[in-house]
Amino acid sequence: MSGHLIFENVTRRFGSFTAVSDVTLEIRRGESFSLLGPSGCGKTTLLRMAAGFDTPDKGRILLNGKDITTLPPDKRPVNTVFQNYALFPHLSVRDNIAFGPKIARRAKAEITREVDRMLELVDLASHADKKPAQLSGGQKQRVAIARALVNKPEVLLLDEPLAALDLKLRQRLLVELDAIHDEVGITFVYVTHDQSEAMSFSDRIAVMNKGGIEQIGLPAEIYETPRSSFVAAFIGDTNFIDGRITEAIDGRFSRCEVDGLGAITIDNDKPVKPGDKVHLSIRPEKLVVSRGEPAAAPTQNAVSGIVEDVIYFGSHTRYWVRCGEWRLCAEVQHRTFLLDETPPTWGDTVWLRWQANDGFLLDQYRAEDEELLTLPEE
Amino acid sequence: MKRLRELLGTAPSFLWLTAFVLLPVIMIFAIAFKPTLPGGEVGEGWSLDAVKALLDPSYPILLWRTVWVSAVVTALCVAVSLPVAYAMARLSSAWRSRVLLLVIVPFWTNFVIRVFAWQQVLHAQGWLADGLRSIGFLGENDRLLGNAFAVVLVSVYTYLPFGILPLFAAAEKFDFALLDAARDLGAKAFRTFTSVFIPGIRQGIITAIVVIFIPMLGSYVVPDMVGGADSQMIGNKIAQRNFSDRNLPQAAALSAALTLLVMVPMALKRKGERA
Repeated sequence: MSGHLIFENVTRRFGSFTAVSDVTLEIRRGESFSLLGPSGCGKTTLLRMAAGFDTPDKGRILLNGKDITTLPPDKRPVNTVFQNYALFPHLSVRDNIAFGPKIARRAKAEITREVDRMLELVDLASHADKKPAQLSGGQKQRVAIARALVNKPEVLLLDEPLAALDLKLRQRLLVELDAIHDEVGITFVYVTHDQSEAMSFSDRIAVMNKGGIEQIGLPAEIYETPRSSFVAAFIGDTNFIDGRITEAIDGRFSRCEVDGLGAITIDNDKPVKPGDKVHLSIRPEKLVVSRGEPAAAPTQNAVSGIVEDVIYFGSHTRYWVRCGEWRLCAEVQHRTFLLDETPPTWGDTVWLRWQANDGFLLDQYRAEDEELLTLPEE
Repeated sequence: MKRLRELLGTAPSFLWLTAFVLLPVIMIFAIAFKPTLPGGEVGEGWSLDAVKALLDPSYPILLWRTVWVSAVVTALCVAVSLPVAYAMARLSSAWRSRVLLLVIVPFWTNFVIRVFAWQQVLHAQGWLADGLRSIGFLGENDRLLGNAFAVVLVSVYTYLPFGILPLFAAAEKFDFALLDAARDLGAKAFRTFTSVFIPGIRQGIITAIVVIFIPMLGSYVVPDMVGGADSQMIGNKIAQRNFSDRNLPQAAALSAALTLLVMVPMALKRKGERA
């Protein structure tokens, strides 16, 4: 393998609980990589093992091809931005940032220069002499980043770095973090449970669940081609439809019979043959809502139903539409001035249509993952 | 109106402190300036005799010994309490309360009885002295009892809980993620302890120093019971002036001098709290 930071068959158990189960992962030099998953999925344990605070029961961790599995944290060219910042309360901002270089016994003038450069990078030069308690959450966050980066680590580990901040600040810091990553160019490993943070910040994402990795890929791959129902439901919202293949139309498309909905055309995202049971994920924004019946087209599906729930978000509206036994969620983007229109509302009959290749066939489906969806109560 | 309510609210503690702290202290300072009658009573009028007696050439040695014994005991108590408090704060809450109980249990036995017990343990014919002598750690004429060593040992034993409890209270509130952060930034375990943990529980350390050092300065029972002639402290001299010499003004003058001495660490603590 040629990755920068590599986890090789890593397993970590706490008593009878397996926090990380046989994870193999390769993070490339200079990329911003996210470990994304719900709490308890093992992402933080994985990060702590990379930092050296924890040791795998099985497997190896390699950095630059060198085995660092049992190296203590102070010997690793890796630094961490902690979830609650973990700034030293008795030290000023400047001394917090200088902590690492002082331990490394760098020359005084060099430390001053490097700390000043970092203060500039995170835009905190005017707060250098304040104590952490005098800073806002966002400022503390930036000190924590500066304190880690001043050591010129090969890898920067970020443990839910924005979780304690409010939404607007989180979005702004995310942009700043991205700019910092572009500027320093080192490998970032970012742990989060927030899919939008992971999507917007990362070059690649590993989605974790129950100690294992469900899928690794580009943000768009993860979103558009989820391998499992867990990934589909955890990253954004989706509609799960299950049916049975009845006939192969050509190499690319098949007919699929869905109980309570009728026959639909699907894209063969994986090899299927008549008789197979399949699970389809269709993102709400792929469903187009119209009042009239759409004109038939060969690879287009259309179903009609009654609007049961409407939730308005400003830029878009979500409709939950009852179609036979199914309740489908459709998202309508408002590209025009909404008050000039009369959008569908509760009780209206509407048509939902989608292209066959807008759905995606899942490799793996578990009914419990439906719980992750933001479906309103029936 | 609000001011009145504030005054009323603090009145009980103010009256208490006035009646049981301020007035007695003023009385001690006043008696120091009174003459002594041959029968031991405090005389009429004013006199500087007792204050002048503070210039007794034996006092500076006594004062110096009192300060260093107190300082050594305080330092040893804090040094032992630091790792104990650290370990206790890292225990699960069930184990933490059990260990806390063990720290407090000795208080349930009378203090004088505990010092008596130490007398037996350190006795020249006791098992400890015999044992140390048999492995050559103790010379034929060396004593474990009746010297400054015994005073320091028994004092450390007595005051250890007063070190452990404030340090533990501070350590319990300490954010242990800070230790991870220090390790992450390249610090070794010991450096992490000294430059992150110790500053982090600084307030607890100051409290421990004050609650050990100040009562130690007034130590009387321990040097009296396990110390010898060359390990007496100011407290013993005050007792001697009072009980044997029947010279209350001189005892009061010594007490007043000790009170002024105690002000120094108190002022230090206040300064530390403000910083």
